[in-house]
Amino acid sequence: MARQPYDGVVLAAPHTEPYQRYSTETAHWWLARALKGTLDAAGLGPREIDGFSVASFTLFPDTPVGLTQHLGLCPRWLDSIPMGGASGVVALRRAARAVQAGDADIVACVAGDTNRIDSFRKLLSSFSRFAMDAAYPYGYGGPNANFALLTDRYMQDYGATRSDFGRIAVAQRDNALRNPHALMKKPLTLEDYLTARPIAEPLALFDCVMPCAGSEALLVMREDEALRRGLPCARLTGSIERHNAFADDPIQLRGGWAMDADELYAMAGCAPGDIDLLQTYDDYPVISMMQFEDLGFCDKGEGPRFARETDLTITGDLPHNTSGGQLSAGQAGAGGGFIGLVEALRQVTGRAGPTQVAGARRALVSGFGMINYDRGLCSGAVILEGAQ
Amino acid sequence: MTDPISPPPKKNPQARTRTPTLPPLTRSRAALGLTAAAAEGRFMLQVCDGCGAVQYPPRDACVQCLSTALTWRDVTPAGRLIATTRVHASPDPYFRERLPWRTGTVQLDAGPSVICHLHGDCESGARVRLINRLDKAGHGVIMALPEEATPNMADDPQLREMTADPKHRRVLITDARAPDAPALAKAMLEAGASTVFLGEAEGWRPWPGREALAAMEGVSILPLDVTDTSSARELAGEIGGKTDILINNARFIRPGGMFDRGDTVFPGREMEVNYLGLLRLAQAFGPAMRGRGADGVNSAAAWVNILSAHALINAPDHATFCASQAAALSLSQALRAELRAGGVKVMNLYVGPTDDDWHQPLPPPKVAPAALARSLVAGLRDGLEEVHCGDVARDIAERWRRDPKVLEREIGQEGLG
Amino acid sequence: MSAQLLEALAAALNDGSVETVDLTHTLDPDFPVIVLPPEFGQCARFRMEEVSAYDHRGPSWKWHNITISEHTGTHFDAPAHWITGRDQPQGHVDEIAPGRFLGRACVIDCSEGAARDDDHELTPEAIAAWEAAHGTIPPDSWVLMRTDWSKRSGAAYLNMREDGAHSPGPTPEAIRLLVEERGIRGFGTETVGTDAGQGMHYTPPFPAHHTLHGAGRYGLQCLRNLDRLPPTGAVLMAAPLKIRHGTGSPLRVLALVPRSTDNGEATA
Repeated sequence: MARQPYDGVVLAAPHTEPYQRYSTETAHWWLARALKGTLDAAGLGPREIDGFSVASFTLFPDTPVGLTQHLGLCPRWLDSIPMGGASGVVALRRAARAVQAGDADIVACVAGDTNRIDSFRKLLSSFSRFAMDAAYPYGYGGPNANFALLTDRYMQDYGATRSDFGRIAVAQRDNALRNPHALMKKPLTLEDYLTARPIAEPLALFDCVMPCAGSEALLVMREDEALRRGLPCARLTGSIERHNAFADDPIQLRGGWAMDADELYAMAGCAPGDIDLLQTYDDYPVISMMQFEDLGFCDKGEGPRFARETDLTITGDLPHNTSGGQLSAGQAGAGGGFIGLVEALRQVTGRAGPTQVAGARRALVSGFGMINYDRGLCSGAVILEGAQ
Repeated sequence: MTDPISPPPKKNPQARTRTPTLPPLTRSRAALGLTAAAAEGRFMLQVCDGCGAVQYPPRDACVQCLSTALTWRDVTPAGRLIATTRVHASPDPYFRERLPWRTGTVQLDAGPSVICHLHGDCESGARVRLINRLDKAGHGVIMALPEEATPNMADDPQLREMTADPKHRRVLITDARAPDAPALAKAMLEAGASTVFLGEAEGWRPWPGREALAAMEGVSILPLDVTDTSSARELAGEIGGKTDILINNARFIRPGGMFDRGDTVFPGREMEVNYLGLLRLAQAFGPAMRGRGADGVNSAAAWVNILSAHALINAPDHATFCASQAAALSLSQALRAELRAGGVKVMNLYVGPTDDDWHQPLPPPKVAPAALARSLVAGLRDGLEEVHCGDVARDIAERWRRDPKVLEREIGQEGLG
Repeated sequence: MSAQLLEALAAALNDGSVETVDLTHTLDPDFPVIVLPPEFGQCARFRMEEVSAYDHRGPSWKWHNITISEHTGTHFDAPAHWITGRDQPQGHVDEIAPGRFLGRACVIDCSEGAARDDDHELTPEAIAAWEAAHGTIPPDSWVLMRTDWSKRSGAAYLNMREDGAHSPGPTPEAIRLLVEERGIRGFGTETVGTDAGQGMHYTPPFPAHHTLHGAGRYGLQCLRNLDRLPPTGAVLMAAPLKIRHGTGSPLRVLALVPRSTDNGEATA
């Protein structure tokens, strides 16, 4: 059966709460700041939303239910998205359907986490059962070690070099230098990238994100509601979601996008060449490279060449991770699943300020998350178009 | 090839002894199957009873058919190393102290891919042999080794973390008079132990073989009577800080059923030596060994109990002896839990009837001291917790695993012989 | 008369003209005990377990639990210890009249012979020679065989070889002479038993045990400081613990001796 389009639903009021390397505040504080930010942008009070979607790792012992009482909300639709880097795409898909069906009128989607000293280690230690049983006892490298292994394999199979990955990181740093809220403020050269200290070979320092505190939010509502309130907004023209794809691959060299990308473009009525800017999930450059391939910007195994031949900066051929992405702006826990989505919303509504891509109208945002054992299990993507 | 480890320098008296840290301790219940298999050095994974699919990581339901009947079985310990990394940064204190740490992804011939520890001689893309060993936390972990043995292979620092190799270590054998003591001392020295201390009870009572033992290079005989709390404490005061491997071979055995003598004279002595002796040694030597679990090349590594295979099940013709062995087995489990904080392993070496005076009338097979010593060295090199030495011990263990109640009835009639 | 005697004794003890000599070894876990073939039950070694020492196990007191055999350390053998004495009246330590624990002692010095020969024997001839010098052994005396064996330690004390222990002791004839003809109360040695180390090879085996206990007499073993006793004139005190049906008991053995001119030491 053909999927229903998301007609009449829009995203609006993007808000990014500026990230901090470490924070003494709680996840509740960060989520409250993001929620207030998005509500302020729309001129709404907390009681005026009736849908609430939350993604966070560090709310314990609370859940989004407890958060409604904590924040004084009274939603008739509530969602919790425990999908890390895929949380933005998944939250948006669900919220859009809820609004479309009338289960909620205005849904606030928020994501974020705090980052205390040692909280990353504690987060890892309870992340998943397979990781606890079969990954952490082996060097406890966390995601770094997992992605080192698949980067190693990717390099062997497709002839990628460190420089190819470096081009992605360097371009994102260029973009980040325009973003006043990015944590990374120093220029990065390819030389810096190649000579950085090793973290988990072949990965070095600039292959890895910096965990930080931060939060992101946006609103999902009917287009007429946004127009009535005078809010710049974007339509959702296509989406995909997949979990545990290609489980028989001995090591992850492709994600679920490769199963579903055709459907994504068919639904949105466009092709990769029509995309004005791309926000991939960039916990490591190799994952962005896989997304170039799996989302059809190049063939499988052509990622290295694509990275060499494409200018990925804001002013380039394919502006990519225009806020600097997680690699240069920081990884705010589950907020990392929203960073590309919120930035894309700013871009296609022409409100991206210093990182604005000229003429940006159509953006592809992809998500990837949850290293349950040896690979990321969740993948998803959406295509947004600015509403005129 | 691996660089051979050098004998450790003398301890710097001004340097603080490194506090042992452990790799992650938490596992799911299912994953403890790997730990149980590692205790015996077996490479086992869950196999689905329904469809035969091999599972990894450990699961509660089959990844192919959702059957919940998953059984740990020996699987082919071979595969290909498809990806490698060397971790240089880890938030975990144990690994931080040991970086860089090499791990890899191996695609098993049996099916699944595993992330595993990598021996330094494993080359990317090569065929590898897999082992399941206990790490310092006492949990089963998988490690890939080169398919063919390489020079000084056992000296690989990551592998040595999983083993209790006697090389460069100082060993205390608690009973010099025991019939197995000469073979044990010789085996330890041949395995590279730097010193073998032997405990001698009742120096006023001469015994044959003392001179030959004392004349061995690297052997030193010191007073120790495991039935005397003060003696155990005094020796621990002397050498507790340099006992890296303790082998408790002290044993008192007298044949007989519980009605034969009808008293508790021998049973009391059996408990004094076999159970309370272990307890005294544990209280005297355990804390220092636990504290020295990360003390360099000759860190404290293992505690070995030589137990009767009939610790598992009572042979009524040696009723009280078996009971004392069961008590020792029970205590060894507590000792294992106590020493875990130092990453020090407790290995129980189970033997059937041994080739000595007290088993003289029994028919073969009997375990010769040299065979016992070989099993012990092999067990230490593999870092095992449970070693069954000889046909009788293996047979008892297998039957016990199948059905303890059936075995009780069988041994109730067979007795020890 | 008796009151005056005790008063005089008390005064003599106070002023040192009567000395108290300790004939007891210290109870020590490592002190040798008799060793039997391993299929027999063995004499328990002395063991001491600290129960508390002003610490978390008992803040204000220190004490030990001890383990011991009736026949560990310096000890008393009652008639019931041996099969020949099993039917003797008052054969157990709790039944013996207390007066039997104090009495005169004759000390026969065999130290020269024992120094020459580990298996040195106390013979009737040696007894006769001693009596020629010191008079006939009075009835109901303790006879102590001085060998200076107590000065040995470690393996030299039991002096165990493949054919068993080698230490001095009385011949069957000598012990019969003492028991049957002199009517002694008991016999004491510095070795681990009243019999010689090779005593099992006499007829009867273990003649001291056989004859002494069969006649309702007592044994003392593991004595020391016998070299500080005069050949005659010492009073011995050897009171066993009052153990119900006990066949022996660890002892604190004391001897009262007149102060000697050539030995100014007090007690040891």
